[in-house]
Amino acid sequence: MSAVADDFAASHGLSRREFLRQLQALGGLLLVADGVHIAKAADAPKYGADGMPHGTVDNPLVFLTVGDDGWVTIVVHRSEMGQGVRTGMPLIVADELEADWSRVRVQQAPADEEKYGNQDTDGSRSTRHFLDPMRRCGAAARMMLEQAAALSWNVPPAEVRAVNHEVLHEKTGRKLSYGTLAKRAAKLPVPAASTLRLKTSDQFRYVGKGGVPIVDGHDIVTGKAQYGIDPWFKDMSFAVIARSPVLGGSVKQFDGNAAAAAPGVQKVLQMPAPVPKATFHPLAGVAIIANSTGAAIAARKLLKIEWDDGANGSYDSADYRASMQESAHKPGKVVRESGNVDSAFQSAPKTLEAEYYIPHIAHATMEPPCAVARIIAGQVEVWAPTQAPQVTREDVAKHLGVAAQNVTVHVTLLGGGFGRKSKPDFAIEAALLSQAMDGRPVKVTWTREDDLHHDFLHTVSVEYMKAGVGADGKVSAWLHRSVAPSLATIFAPNTNHEVGAELGMGFINMPYDIPNLRLENPEASAHCRIGWFRSVSNIPHAFAVQSFVSELAANANKDHRDYLLELIGPARKIDPNSLQDHWNHGESPQRYPVDTGRLRRVVETVAQEAGWGKKFAPGRGLGLAAHYSFLSYAAAVVEVDIDAQGLIVVPRVDVAFDCGPQVNPERIRSQLEGAVIMGLSLALYGEITFKKGRSQQDNFHQYRVMRMNEAPADIRVHLIPAADWTMPLGGVGEPGVPPIAPALCNAVFAATGKRIRSLPIKDQAKRAT
Amino acid sequence: MELQINDQTITVVAEPDLPLLWVLRDLLGMTGTKFGCGMALCGACTVLVDGVALRSCVLPVAQTAGKKITTIEGVGTTAAGAALQGAWQQINVPQCGYCQAGQIMSAAALLQVKPDPTDADIDAAMSGNICRCGTYPRIRSAIKQAAHQAGQTK
Repeated sequence: MSAVADDFAASHGLSRREFLRQLQALGGLLLVADGVHIAKAADAPKYGADGMPHGTVDNPLVFLTVGDDGWVTIVVHRSEMGQGVRTGMPLIVADELEADWSRVRVQQAPADEEKYGNQDTDGSRSTRHFLDPMRRCGAAARMMLEQAAALSWNVPPAEVRAVNHEVLHEKTGRKLSYGTLAKRAAKLPVPAASTLRLKTSDQFRYVGKGGVPIVDGHDIVTGKAQYGIDPWFKDMSFAVIARSPVLGGSVKQFDGNAAAAAPGVQKVLQMPAPVPKATFHPLAGVAIIANSTGAAIAARKLLKIEWDDGANGSYDSADYRASMQESAHKPGKVVRESGNVDSAFQSAPKTLEAEYYIPHIAHATMEPPCAVARIIAGQVEVWAPTQAPQVTREDVAKHLGVAAQNVTVHVTLLGGGFGRKSKPDFAIEAALLSQAMDGRPVKVTWTREDDLHHDFLHTVSVEYMKAGVGADGKVSAWLHRSVAPSLATIFAPNTNHEVGAELGMGFINMPYDIPNLRLENPEASAHCRIGWFRSVSNIPHAFAVQSFVSELAANANKDHRDYLLELIGPARKIDPNSLQDHWNHGESPQRYPVDTGRLRRVVETVAQEAGWGKKFAPGRGLGLAAHYSFLSYAAAVVEVDIDAQGLIVVPRVDVAFDCGPQVNPERIRSQLEGAVIMGLSLALYGEITFKKGRSQQDNFHQYRVMRMNEAPADIRVHLIPAADWTMPLGGVGEPGVPPIAPALCNAVFAATGKRIRSLPIKDQAKRAT
Repeated sequence: MELQINDQTITVVAEPDLPLLWVLRDLLGMTGTKFGCGMALCGACTVLVDGVALRSCVLPVAQTAGKKITTIEGVGTTAAGAALQGAWQQINVPQCGYCQAGQIMSAAALLQVKPDPTDADIDAAMSGNICRCGTYPRIRSAIKQAAHQAGQTK
């Protein structure tokens, strides 16, 4: 670690080891902070999976077995939360293996990064980072099976060929099945990576094809699928916890007598006091352990707790918004500058200003945080719906005071993740409670109220935009101030600027062709737990930039699509470093430049497919937005139909998407369909507010999410085919979300002339009568 | 008390006001029915009681005694349930899949009364079931496909 990094760690109250873990675990999230470019310091940069803890593993003996019965078992080490990784990752292995998919079983890996490589399932990077290692696993195993067959027949290996679960010797027409060859092949040395014969893309059987049912489909529709909330043992106890309603608060005193006497209650106990840094620690509180979750919930209502709220007890999100707005109108830390913005503003015939607001948003995974733990003879077992298996293992070990080797984390299916389940506080709670029950299995379940009161929320943000425009409507000067508390505050509470990864999410790396530009990041502090929510800071940045471009186009009386394309400028590949983005999603700037040609193409494609330019009756219209994030290019056109009362109906959404090569196009489509719904949901309704440090939303009646009757019936996903498989992969899970909210608001403007700058929309589209 | 669950008689000792959801999940280990909100707002816990879709998270178990309870584990024995489960898989409806048990139970109740549902029927029957992954368009397609299949096999 460099001296610069040491300084950063020290100034943020992190130990060296802690700093390194967080640095790596977040994919370099803290890489650039306080203007300190750690990546440029002494250490040679590592990109992609190499920059993640434990990197990648491509040993076929780790990831697959072939049984005597011919069944192939493929291990998935990434967490399934709906993105399709338990289908996509094995498809890659099976394809290179020349396996018959109908004879493939999938097995979930427990937490063990030394064995499997990095397991942090976030940042839209599973397929991006593991396509090549998984291909090598499959190819190596295929070559071992071929070698075994060649030995059996005593022929040169070059004369044999694996085809669909068998090895053929074409000269003689002989065949041996994979099952027959399994034992012999397993004893052969694994071929070196440099000697592997990978398939050419025209030889792929499954990769890039789609049409494969998801591997968990049958279990899901029959109720057999195992989520974190599902492990069940006969002697199990069930817990809920009353947690401090304020971040950093603690239990002053409590009376648990009535709760302890309630039906089914086995134990009432205080949870540990809070620690200065939130990180992923459980919150202070009082736990009720009972013979059913329902009994525990009922008994919790009988607890009498006096809280010490601590420093965040005065947090009021309305007051905080006002203070952020104030900051947004004053100069802040300059994070990127080119040309001379001030003189360009002075000489511009016209300037436009706008301010955008996005509130805290809760993940609200349908499966709330939950976990099961038991301890037998010092061996801790945890079943958890975790996006961060290794972090879960290490944090459980730390909190229990045992070695990580004595903790097994079984990764279940995740009933939604969206970033929430990267933080394993719920798993630590289950382990602590099992310890308190002498190792008995304990399931902890968060109620929906717990979830909405104690989430690691999406940040809150004010984005101030100012542009100088010429008589032709062209932008000559651009000022963007982004004010938002950083998610790094959970690791370093004094962080008061967006860190490198947040800046690099559509703010600092904005690639538009503007001669005079300044980007500023004024200070902001955090008063609740801030975490990463699907597509993270791209949400506010894209909302501001894409709304403002629409405003500029309207001002210039130009077509929004044409105006956007002109602003993007000609097709070119931009070094992210030249935009002061030294993070670049942890990827190489050479391999992953910002490609404005690809950005143009998704804009052009979505406009064409959606019938851009169509004329609509008043109250109906189309809105456009485009955004580059997670190394993928996305553009959306949202159609709205707004009635006289201002009720917004979205009949149709088109999305054009370029993520480079597509491993499982069917799951890419489903991710984008879901991103549309989630984007609409947050734009229309999503808001968590605070009073006296307490989240004000209890359940789905106050924290609305989109429902069937509100969802667009017609979502059309237009995937841009990759030129070839040498193109690097982009992310899929997250980049569909950012363009949706601005496209929706731009559509509302097109339909009604009403400009929405503050989310959620709620009844802002209501027309004056 | 005695409960009729998926055509089996099951004896359980439970407080009469304990919601059926926790009897199923915690006392009986039948975990296919999911918890989502505890206030009948999300539909994850939907079961059929005498053929009617009800939210088991707010349904005191005593009220279900003597009635016919169907859960996701048993719905596949009905023609509509099996057709829905098949269509769900063919269309690859689920993403995370957590809400889908409740979705299928609501859809099964719908098909019993409306074998050929319109979009408005689907909206009315399914809007109590939240899917945070956003699979609504595929759920709609799967219900129509299942209805079509069930209609053809009559």
